[in-house]
Amino acid sequence: MELNLDENKNLIHPSMTIPLHETTWDLDHQEGGYINHLKSTHTEALAEPIIEVPDDLKHNIAVTSVDALINWGRKSAVWPLSFGLACCAFEMMASAMSRFDLARFGMEVFRPSPRQADLIIIAGTVTWKMAPAIERVYEQMAEPRWVISMGVCATSGGPYYGSYSVVPGVNHIIPVDVYVPGCPPRPDALLYGIMQLHEKIKRYSIKRKAPKQL
Amino acid sequence: MTKFINGQELKDIVDGIIPDAIDRAEETALWIKSPNILDVCTVMKTNPKLDFSFLTAITAVDYVEHFELIYHLTSMRKNTSTVIKSRCSGRSQPKIPSVVSVWQAADLQEREIWDLMGIEFEGHPNMKRILLWEGFEGHPLRKDYIG
Repeated sequence: MELNLDENKNLIHPSMTIPLHETTWDLDHQEGGYINHLKSTHTEALAEPIIEVPDDLKHNIAVTSVDALINWGRKSAVWPLSFGLACCAFEMMASAMSRFDLARFGMEVFRPSPRQADLIIIAGTVTWKMAPAIERVYEQMAEPRWVISMGVCATSGGPYYGSYSVVPGVNHIIPVDVYVPGCPPRPDALLYGIMQLHEKIKRYSIKRKAPKQL
Repeated sequence: MTKFINGQELKDIVDGIIPDAIDRAEETALWIKSPNILDVCTVMKTNPKLDFSFLTAITAVDYVEHFELIYHLTSMRKNTSTVIKSRCSGRSQPKIPSVVSVWQAADLQEREIWDLMGIEFEGHPNMKRILLWEGFEGHPLRKDYIG
């Protein structure tokens, strides 16, 4: 099909020939007006908000078991280690960003130090050369600590299974709590894995280390 | 995009400086006898007509009966590029002179070739494995490697 260039010229909107700063002139004035309004009316600092507790809730008592309380505390703030090995790490980052928002689970603080982390997400291919570092980082984490194996590479070697340089599953190096399949798993899948880990943490007991089996 | 200098043009210049170093010249590459590679690379960098100041890549291919080394060169000042190649025979201990003294960039790449292909670069300041760990047996990108 032949293009008629003269016809195309007519498609350009007349406003596009005006310089950009002139087209936004009205909007700028509107914004400036509002700023002046704020400046003239907000001369005093605002008081901090007060949350009122209703009287009938003030004298209530909650009853729970020590297990439930401790596990609730542990599961509500599982701090992951900021640790990524390959492309799965990008999905892990995506799940921490606003669209999927790990903060809903009290997990938004990716700790740069293993000493402060409860969870290590093995996000990516584990090579034999990386294995000592992973083992060391895991040993540096304070107990109780949990491990999520994210993606097929970390779980079994995945597409690199049988390779001379790839560990056939990170569970050869450190014990794993939850496996998340996928290549890479979507953030939804990782979130589901994390929720499964929460369920697992809920079944821990202070009397023994391993969680109760279902 | 750089202008490609073909092998015949290079041969005319290099032959005048180092006679008998060149195996043959092709449209796509210049073939160099492996003991002369360091001398030819020095000319490639220092000769003002060539001025290949930048080593883009070194790579190696295993053709079972011999190894082939491929050097991609670029001249930043003249906006030209070229390819020189060399053959290296012997499966147990293939050796070729190192070009680290000419281009520092060759350091890590030659170590990678040693690591994965098992070609030893003579005169390299730090000839050891780079990707795999010390104590790994064999060179995994060779055609006869069974992993």
